[in-house]
Amino acid sequence: MSDASSTLTIALTKGRILKETLPLLAAAGIEPLEDMSKSRKLTFETTAKGVRLLLLRGSDVPTYVQYGAADVGISGKDMMLEYGAEHFYEPLDLGIAKCKLMTAGIKGETLKPGRIRVATKYVNVAKRFYAEQGRQVDIIKLYGAMELAPILHLADEIVDIVDTGNTLKANGLEQRDFIADISSRLIVNKASMKMKHQQIEALVSAAKSAITAQ
Amino acid sequence: MNKVDRWLLPDGIEEILPSEASHIESLRRLVVNLFQRFGYDYVIPPMVEFIDSLLTGSGELANLDTFKVVDQLSGKTMGMRADITPQIARMDAHSLKREGINRLCYAGHVLYTKPKSPLASRTPIQVGVELFGESGLDADKEVISLLLETLKVTGLPHMYVDIGHVGVYRGIMASLDLTPAQQSEYRTLLQSKSTSAIAAWVEANVSSKQGAALLNLLPTLAGSDDILEQAKAQLVDAPEEVHIAINELIAVNNTIKARFPNVKCYFDLSELRGYHYYTGLIFGAFAPGVGNALANGGRYDHVGESFGHARPATGFTVNLTAISQVSGHKQKECSGIYVAPANNCDTAWQEVSSLREKGERVVMGLSDQTGPYAHQMCDRELIKQGDTYTVVSL
Repeated sequence: MSDASSTLTIALTKGRILKETLPLLAAAGIEPLEDMSKSRKLTFETTAKGVRLLLLRGSDVPTYVQYGAADVGISGKDMMLEYGAEHFYEPLDLGIAKCKLMTAGIKGETLKPGRIRVATKYVNVAKRFYAEQGRQVDIIKLYGAMELAPILHLADEIVDIVDTGNTLKANGLEQRDFIADISSRLIVNKASMKMKHQQIEALVSAAKSAITAQ
Repeated sequence: MNKVDRWLLPDGIEEILPSEASHIESLRRLVVNLFQRFGYDYVIPPMVEFIDSLLTGSGELANLDTFKVVDQLSGKTMGMRADITPQIARMDAHSLKREGINRLCYAGHVLYTKPKSPLASRTPIQVGVELFGESGLDADKEVISLLLETLKVTGLPHMYVDIGHVGVYRGIMASLDLTPAQQSEYRTLLQSKSTSAIAAWVEANVSSKQGAALLNLLPTLAGSDDILEQAKAQLVDAPEEVHIAINELIAVNNTIKARFPNVKCYFDLSELRGYHYYTGLIFGAFAPGVGNALANGGRYDHVGESFGHARPATGFTVNLTAISQVSGHKQKECSGIYVAPANNCDTAWQEVSSLREKGERVVMGLSDQTGPYAHQMCDRELIKQGDTYTVVSL
């Protein structure tokens, strides 16, 4: 929890998700006092008294929320699957920044039997998925440009989020197994939910009606 | 390990330095004294015991939390306790075998294989009480009241209590025809409060319209005490067990309001923390600035069974290490009487003894005491004037 019991700290994800998140917050009466995409600042005061916004990398949002440094967070479901969703409440699917978490490999190539190598930034998700498939895998953690790994024979498959699938196609890769549907979620620190439920409840229901209205 | 990092402690294992240690110790004394004033007998269970008794009725999670060693004498596996409650339940059911009401309290370290939350200690000090032999609601009220008194004496400025009842979930489940695997899937979703995921799961798994409505309703039943009456109205068709549970929550809410008007309560009918273990009312305490519960408790009526003496039971555990961090320990004030090396002699002994008997902290100077700690945080000094000793300000 952020310090005083009357304030509310909301951690947002930089980039495309931010653009689609701000209208939903505006519906709940929360608007940043300056343009978040133009400023170099990381914390922003808002039109709502006591409500503060943080601008973070998506993968850091669950961390801030679980530690209680932020009360509420907005981040992709992929981050939650990777981080472990049991650490916070996830009351609302914002239905924005939709994509899929998939496996992919070189087009036309069949996967060799036995132990394979998988490149991904979603280490926990990949481990869980292949274990459910009954396959033992070696995971290679990469931070970007996953598509290179199969091409250079670093890995047999990759696990990544797929939007249009154009990047895969351009690199001679194909989508294989579906792992999960991804969209942005609103998550809440468990202790904050209990101590600031009126504020959080109001935010959730305002965002919810803004989503239904769209 | 090279010479440079030989001092490193393992992650989550801490040492506590003088100022905080004395704060924790004074909290421990305050709290244990309070428990004793409520009639709870202090007991000291062992640090390690056989895993069979330690893990009784607590499920797989407790097993993974527990460090294990093999006992060289018996060849059996012993566990370092990760929870003291099962030990107290064993002592009640087997060692004491008292009939009727038995009130016990304890204070001690526990050890976790992994921290309960990021940055949390793996060796917190836990203090708590257990009340055995009473299944009535008065026992739950006594224990919750004692928890609130406990938090009060530790000096926490604001308290929030989270109250739930596993009877609501159990009653709804008993009325539906779900496999254990399905129940477990639903419980996982319920703990995330993800209403859209729950709706999708219910759609795919539950055919009865009434059952589906109940399962979709449950995650929304959380908030301040007005949700209790609301839940009662919305769950009018639910099984009897659900109504008994809600009525218990209403009664407890009235008691807290009457006894502790300043405490803020949050009710959550879908809270299932320690579901495998608890059988009735469950509660936790929170404070601003801490992302996790400072105390947890509830009713667990079946734990004594495996020790051959089934007993209704309710109690709570307070994480004293976490409380000491939020209750704002002040740097210890300078208080004490310093005796310079020149006066540290046998003739001064009687005078020093009588000062110590009065509760004064008296520190004897040794030959080469110099530097900032030379006076050992004393604010006064014992000096000799003629044949008599007097205390003067430093």
